[in-house]
Amino acid sequence: MRGSKAFSYPYILWLLLFTVVPLFIVIYFAFTNDAGEFTFDNFSYMSLYAVVFWRSFRLAIISTVICLILGYPLAYIMSRLKKKHQTIAMILIMLPMWMNFLLRTYAWLTILENNGLLNNFLSWLHLPEIAIINTPAAVGLGMVYNYLPFMILPIYTSLTKTDQSLIEAAKDMGCSERQVFTKVIFPLSIPGVLSGIIMVFVPAVSTFVISKILGGGANMLVGDLIEMQFLGGAYNANMGAAISLVMMVIIMIFIWLTGKIDKNGDGEGSVLL
Amino acid sequence: MKKNELIRLSGVVKKFDDEIVLKSLDLSVADGEFVTLLGPSGCGKTTTLRLIGGFEKPDEGDIFFGSQRINDVPPNKRNINTVFQKYALFPHLNVEQNIAFGLNIRKVDRKETKRRVAEMLELVNLRGFEKRSVTSLSGGQQQRVAIARAVIQQPKVLLLDEPLGALDLKLRKEMQVELKKLHETLDMTFIYVTHDQEEALTMSDTVVVMNQGEILQQGTPIDIYNEPANAFVADFIGQSNIIPGIMRQDRVIEFLGTVYDCVDTGFARNEPVDIVIRPEDLLLIDRDDRSVQPADRLLKGRVQTCLFKGVHYEMLIETEGFTFMANSTVACEVGSEKYLDIDPDNIHIMKKSSIETVTELEHRRELDPSEPEEEEEAER
Repeated sequence: MRGSKAFSYPYILWLLLFTVVPLFIVIYFAFTNDAGEFTFDNFSYMSLYAVVFWRSFRLAIISTVICLILGYPLAYIMSRLKKKHQTIAMILIMLPMWMNFLLRTYAWLTILENNGLLNNFLSWLHLPEIAIINTPAAVGLGMVYNYLPFMILPIYTSLTKTDQSLIEAAKDMGCSERQVFTKVIFPLSIPGVLSGIIMVFVPAVSTFVISKILGGGANMLVGDLIEMQFLGGAYNANMGAAISLVMMVIIMIFIWLTGKIDKNGDGEGSVLL
Repeated sequence: MKKNELIRLSGVVKKFDDEIVLKSLDLSVADGEFVTLLGPSGCGKTTTLRLIGGFEKPDEGDIFFGSQRINDVPPNKRNINTVFQKYALFPHLNVEQNIAFGLNIRKVDRKETKRRVAEMLELVNLRGFEKRSVTSLSGGQQQRVAIARAVIQQPKVLLLDEPLGALDLKLRKEMQVELKKLHETLDMTFIYVTHDQEEALTMSDTVVVMNQGEILQQGTPIDIYNEPANAFVADFIGQSNIIPGIMRQDRVIEFLGTVYDCVDTGFARNEPVDIVIRPEDLLLIDRDDRSVQPADRLLKGRVQTCLFKGVHYEMLIETEGFTFMANSTVACEVGSEKYLDIDPDNIHIMKKSSIETVTELEHRRELDPSEPEEEEEAER
């Protein structure tokens, strides 16, 4: 198989040009000022944005937890359906994802805004209207809506891979239905859960579109902050690069920690580990 | 009903969708017995085991454990444990945790659990493997863990579903001996499922031969081998020559135009029957050799092939109308003429069975290569 190595060269070239080189550019920018001199200033000033970091992480964590609470039972129920029904359920979950991300998020804007569908509906029922748009709750809702499939799919995959004979073995060993779940099914689905967590948390913590559309200006997240440094009013590419770098390190630590939890599993069912 | 009957299946019918897998099955298993359900794939043996284990419910009929009807008792409430075909070890637990699984569910205290796990590891020869991941073990080792995990529960009945199927021949032979020993040590009832006739004959107290959802014969290995109830059993249990014949009168049988003495009685005069002659029971003699009956009254045949098989030679002897398989420690020259001498004791006469004739069986084997392999038989 000597020649087959050559097939990887195009990808390696791609990787060098569009991943490794840009990474070094980001690092270079992060450690220099606009005059191109070496400095740590970008990092020391970052404490100004601690509130934004905190808000981003808090929202991403809450959204991830909600996705897990909603997604796990759904994935579990799906995995126990008949094969034909599983396919239908899968299509229903995937369907919204085939629609444009921006479109979906703007749709939520028209639902949640003060004169939106939700409040029209509430007033039609003679219920008090709620002011949810431009709050963290709206942003969280947008995150859960957009990222929920990324939680369901890996969990579903690891659940369907669980061998039926293991469930029978557990019953044989004296497990009640509940114990079969807690002692066998759930532990075996942990790799799927972890990869679901990563696949929801990572995009959630770095999103900027959702917070921009549903959070107004009041709920700036790290993603918005970075965008602002490059395109927005702040215009400080060095600062933007430094924030990006910090985010990257934090996410890497997060993924590494998640991998640690999965020490028993062999990484099967997980996408990123 | 047997003495000390422990498990009884009575009129059990099982259907999957509209396909009938078990047709009114009656089976009785005595306490402490080693029973083997033997049959080709799809004969219903595994379904029978799963019914006893509680993984399937009968559509009709009853299953008794002692005097208790257990049709609706879930597997976790039965004093029965299973060694699964593919072991079904929990991949997220190590060897020790797998074996201790059942005790932990029953909240047996830790010291007791530790002691019994150690005892089990000793029993299955896996001392020192406590912390090993089960996925890193070989097939034979995984099998031992699966056995230990079931046996530690101290069930009254241990169900084994083709547990040696995935092992290579040498390991399988070793495990057969070990399982037999284990059965003697443990004083447990073993119900064992296999399609390997040799395995069934080696290990069991009782062999139950099944085909197409029915029990064809139940008896000791020696009975089953020596006195097969019909052509199917004879064919399934080892190689044999199965020939149609006519019972002329008590102790006289005619086949292929030749009359032989036999020991069977109780058939109607001129009743058509099936005859089984084991290859090792055919004596190939020359005309002037001494024989049970005068040589000119014996079948004459020509040696077609003579293959060396280690302990014996396997020969095909062509006679007019049938090609016999004969095993002998003495080789015969290919092409030579021999007379077939058969001790009356070794001519087994069976009622014609409506279940499936040999020809049909061979035909089915040609269609379905997954059937138990006895290629030599099919060549006949």
